[in-house]
Amino acid sequence: MERIRIGAGVGFYGDSFLPALEIIRQGAADFVCFEDLAELTLAILQKDRSRNPQSGYTKDLLPMLEAGLPDALRNHIRIIANAGGLNPQAAGQAVRGLAKKLGLALKVAVVSGDNILDRLPSFLPFSHMETGESLPEQVRERALFANVYLGAWPIVQALQQGADVVITGRVADPSLFLAPLVYGFGWDWDDWDRLALGTVVGHLLECSSQVTGGNHGGHWDAVAGLDQIGFPIADVTQDDQVIITKLPHSGGKISADTVREQLLYEIHDPTAYITPDVVVNVSGAHLEDLGNDRVKVSGIKGGERPARYKALLGYEDGYMGQGMLGYSWPDALKKAQATEKIMRNQMARLNLPVEEIRAEYLGYNSLHGPLASAQCQDDLNEVYLRLAVRTPDRRAAEQISRLMVPLALGGPPTASGLIGVDRVRGLTGLWPSLVERHAVDQLVTVSVEEVTS
Amino acid sequence: MRIQEVAYARSSDKGDHVDISVFAYTEESYQKLSQMLTAERVRQFFEPMGIGAVECYPVPNLLALKFVVKNALDGGGARSIRADNQGKTWSGALLRLAQEQWGG
Repeated sequence: MERIRIGAGVGFYGDSFLPALEIIRQGAADFVCFEDLAELTLAILQKDRSRNPQSGYTKDLLPMLEAGLPDALRNHIRIIANAGGLNPQAAGQAVRGLAKKLGLALKVAVVSGDNILDRLPSFLPFSHMETGESLPEQVRERALFANVYLGAWPIVQALQQGADVVITGRVADPSLFLAPLVYGFGWDWDDWDRLALGTVVGHLLECSSQVTGGNHGGHWDAVAGLDQIGFPIADVTQDDQVIITKLPHSGGKISADTVREQLLYEIHDPTAYITPDVVVNVSGAHLEDLGNDRVKVSGIKGGERPARYKALLGYEDGYMGQGMLGYSWPDALKKAQATEKIMRNQMARLNLPVEEIRAEYLGYNSLHGPLASAQCQDDLNEVYLRLAVRTPDRRAAEQISRLMVPLALGGPPTASGLIGVDRVRGLTGLWPSLVERHAVDQLVTVSVEEVTS
Repeated sequence: MRIQEVAYARSSDKGDHVDISVFAYTEESYQKLSQMLTAERVRQFFEPMGIGAVECYPVPNLLALKFVVKNALDGGGARSIRADNQGKTWSGALLRLAQEQWGG
């Protein structure tokens, strides 16, 4: 291929897929890639799967494909999604069922082998990536999921076998987008600068609207059309020109400012952004604003990929119980603080087994905590107390809102807006590790099945 | 001078760490920011939040400073009980630090 256009599908599980459908409807891309898995997402999908063994993939996959597949096939757009989560096989089966229902002929690929929870014994000691500590038995017993961040190669294989839809489990975010470039341009697996460039394309697109003016920290109020924000499209040529753009008439904005903001997002060391495919150096990046929501990206360098894959184990780590109660002027903050004290006394009297108590005041310091400015605290119009606890005991977590409710009558005055009660959340601890590449690669399977209409 | 007049920022989590990027609008303000926002100054500022070490990576090419605040989220966003469990607003907090340090 001489030119490849890649569209962003979703940036996380819960993101809107309508902008991607518009890209597909207009035929404005050759591939659309959906990045569904954040660190927390696998914990959510594990809960789904524990209730129903046929679930464990993201619930937006089928509605998205039902709306988008006919146009995608008509416009020769291939879809890549790590929406398979913890159950890519079941997701693939569901996609094939959907295609039959819609009367569509296509090839569906499933990439699996990233899920190593059942094979954990062969990966021990599964030492912590940063501390070097061996995986403790009590953490292993509470494991919810353990997945390896795979690179682009299994997806490339699926595309080579003609897949129209590729469903994967935990593939590293940018690798989803790198794969069609490696496939389409025939890049070599040791062509580090090109792999790095393709990885940067993926990194810029993987958070969808965060590069098209969403969550823009600069002149955010000058970004128009957030009510119909467009998702990014990368236009890449065989001679390594990369332009990040979006559909004309979609909302949002692409400028050197929005692109550099996403370029550095969450990558830690800008000279060594580690991915399964390549170690990327973005410190020499050059961003040329071509106008009309088009930015050209160059100056990306790459180095040899790491010898080991990153794996992430999530484990049950207690519960959070919380409640919120609002107070109005006068003395809004003082009243909310008094309620915090009442709650603390009551919890102590009940001997609730809490490991951490956190009191935050919405409208005053719930986001910045001790860093919030104290200047306005005496004259707040209103403030909400949010009281949250960490506890190993689910029933103790449920107690928090029960203690808070009576304080609407039996506490300081002008209490109102009792919201957010009874929301007990399971907390997930994370244990990152590094695993041998070959030990994982031999577990990876790429299966392509054809559906005939 | 207020820092948000000369720079903007974005932050988020990776595991237990908060990753913050600060972007200057001009070369001149980038020079000022890089002198002022050392890793140690940023560490002192975020200390009340309960953090570990702070790393600083200057990216002069993009007029950017990257800070990685280690062990900052009580074990990570999925384990934290904070409202801002992913450190999404730490960028805003940091903009205020420089404002105070620069004076009015």
